[in-house]
Amino acid sequence: MKSARTMLGLMLLAACWAAAPARAGDAAEPAPPCDVPAYLLASESSLPKVTDAVKANKPLNVLVVGSRSSTIPGNEASAYPATLQAALKEAFPAATIDLSVELQAKSTAEETAGTLVKLVEAKKPTLVIWQTGTVDAMRAVDPDDFRTAINDGVVALRGAGTDVVLVNLQYSPRTETMISAPPYLDNIKVVAQQHDVPLFDRFAIMKQWSDAGYFDLFSTSHGVDLAKKVHACLGRALAKFVIDAAHLGPVQQN
Amino acid sequence: MSSIADPIAGSPAADAKAEAKADAEVKAKAAAPAITLPVTGERELRLDLFRGLALWLIFIDHLPTNLLTWLTIRNYGFSDATEIFIFISGYTAAFVYGRAMLEGGFVIATARILRRVWQIYVAHVFLFTIFLAEISYVATSFENPLYTEEMGIMDFLKQPDVTIVQALLLRFRPVNMDVLPLYIVLMLFLPLILWLMKWKPDVTLGLSVLLYALTWQFDLYLSAYPNGFWAFNPFAWQLLFVFGAWCALGGARRMSRILSSNITMWICIAYLVAAFFVTLTWYVPQLGHIMPKVIEQWMYPINKTDLDVLRFAHFLALAALTVRFLPRDWPGLKSPWLRPLILCGQHSLEIFCLGVFLAFAGHFVLAEVSGGAALHALISVFGILIMCGMAWIISWYKHSADKGASKKGAAGNADLAGGGA
Repeated sequence: MKSARTMLGLMLLAACWAAAPARAGDAAEPAPPCDVPAYLLASESSLPKVTDAVKANKPLNVLVVGSRSSTIPGNEASAYPATLQAALKEAFPAATIDLSVELQAKSTAEETAGTLVKLVEAKKPTLVIWQTGTVDAMRAVDPDDFRTAINDGVVALRGAGTDVVLVNLQYSPRTETMISAPPYLDNIKVVAQQHDVPLFDRFAIMKQWSDAGYFDLFSTSHGVDLAKKVHACLGRALAKFVIDAAHLGPVQQN
Repeated sequence: MSSIADPIAGSPAADAKAEAKADAEVKAKAAAPAITLPVTGERELRLDLFRGLALWLIFIDHLPTNLLTWLTIRNYGFSDATEIFIFISGYTAAFVYGRAMLEGGFVIATARILRRVWQIYVAHVFLFTIFLAEISYVATSFENPLYTEEMGIMDFLKQPDVTIVQALLLRFRPVNMDVLPLYIVLMLFLPLILWLMKWKPDVTLGLSVLLYALTWQFDLYLSAYPNGFWAFNPFAWQLLFVFGAWCALGGARRMSRILSSNITMWICIAYLVAAFFVTLTWYVPQLGHIMPKVIEQWMYPINKTDLDVLRFAHFLALAALTVRFLPRDWPGLKSPWLRPLILCGQHSLEIFCLGVFLAFAGHFVLAEVSGGAALHALISVFGILIMCGMAWIISWYKHSADKGASKKGAAGNADLAGGGA
């Protein structure tokens, strides 16, 4: 069965070899460039607390709140929060960057929103990066409830005196027929617009990488390599995004 | 044949002169108080045409984004193919079963409708089986650490007993399998709708609008398994279905003056253009800042689950312009180029199911061979060709293969696809 499928695959692949850029070749390339189009990293919203902290040479305390897609099981040090921290350090060598991760593996936005204030009280972050939506999409939570939950969470975080960045779902082509992402993507976007919160569009960025052939996100490989590469790129992109939203251009180094 | 125009057994062919009057777009003077008998003569090919189109578009929309996706109407406005499909389904179902109700009575019509509901239900369960096969395969072969979280969606496979029973109860519905359950529920209520329409069509439409409003006011919904809600809320979407039925039973004729007015035309055009520009800002994010924030906050999110008013209005505008600029007797409807579309529209249940299956299969092929944009487009085109081929085979069966088989089957056959909707 497997060989028959492979044969079919090869035939189809051969049929469109001329037209389609070969993705197989990409694996051989060294590090994928993980370029992100500028519009995906631009945000009209700002992060005043982050700006102030960096400008005043105070420590920048980042808290990532997310579900399981904010980590790589067994390889936490390669997941995007860690690469984000590294990239921020690289950008502001003089600054102290503290980063902690709060994983709530199976919590919906509503469940997480309820815990945010306590988390902020405990960790006193300058910036909270809230990755959400996947669990809600998998459980098909009512998008209106989802929106309300994000809204409440953002209001609570702002009220507790931190900046917020929202991160949406991963682009996961293999589960596209099973998980309906669009309503959740839309609703996160709505809240981000309403509250002027920078939204890191992880979904669009990963889709862009997949379309451009940087990563084969359809891969069935059990290896952890792809996950590490994607997270490395995500962390770097997220760092760029935060720096841009906080109006701390590359000039702001000294 | 699944035509609204197929005479149902026992009904004498309607007189041909009246046919022109039945047409929604012909200016009719008489405003009938009760419903007008669906007078038939020739098939209404426009319905078939647009239903066929809706089926193609639904298929393309179910595939991952590709070149052809840019041809689907959801990229140019608020509404999409689902609206067309449900509206035409309401229209044709009312046409066929409304006639049955006037001629055979409530019980006969109800019996026929229930048979149709059963067929749709069986089709849905069949699709679910295919879906189970697909995701069981994915679940066993795919273990990418990048997606450990997303793979949790397979957890329901750990409790097949509950899942399958919930699927049979229409409460567990995978992505892209939401239309048929909606359709089943709407058809279940068709006898009631028709019965009310027979009494007072406008009051029925009014009640439907009221239910729609109550749905928005009190957030009525049907829950799903394991949690969540129906992705197409029947309490809201019934409005399109009932509106279709109302149009079929004389409403369209009474609206003809409004439809042919120039004011209506310009309002529709203005709305469609505005919707187009709004949609443009979704796909060209660089334009995002042009949209005034106030409008954004008022407008978003455009709710598909509850059939947002903006979507409904967009559909109405499209329909009004279509009816105005595409006359019933447009010769192009007979052209061989549109034949495949019309054939697909005439066998909508079968072709719809085939489309859902092909979308699954398309995902599968794309995942296995990870081809580029060309392969994506190729799969869409192939799928549409297969749908056309199947529609042709089905119509060949009905015209030729089944003809000799049962002479008495005329009634059954007309009805079989009669709801064809």
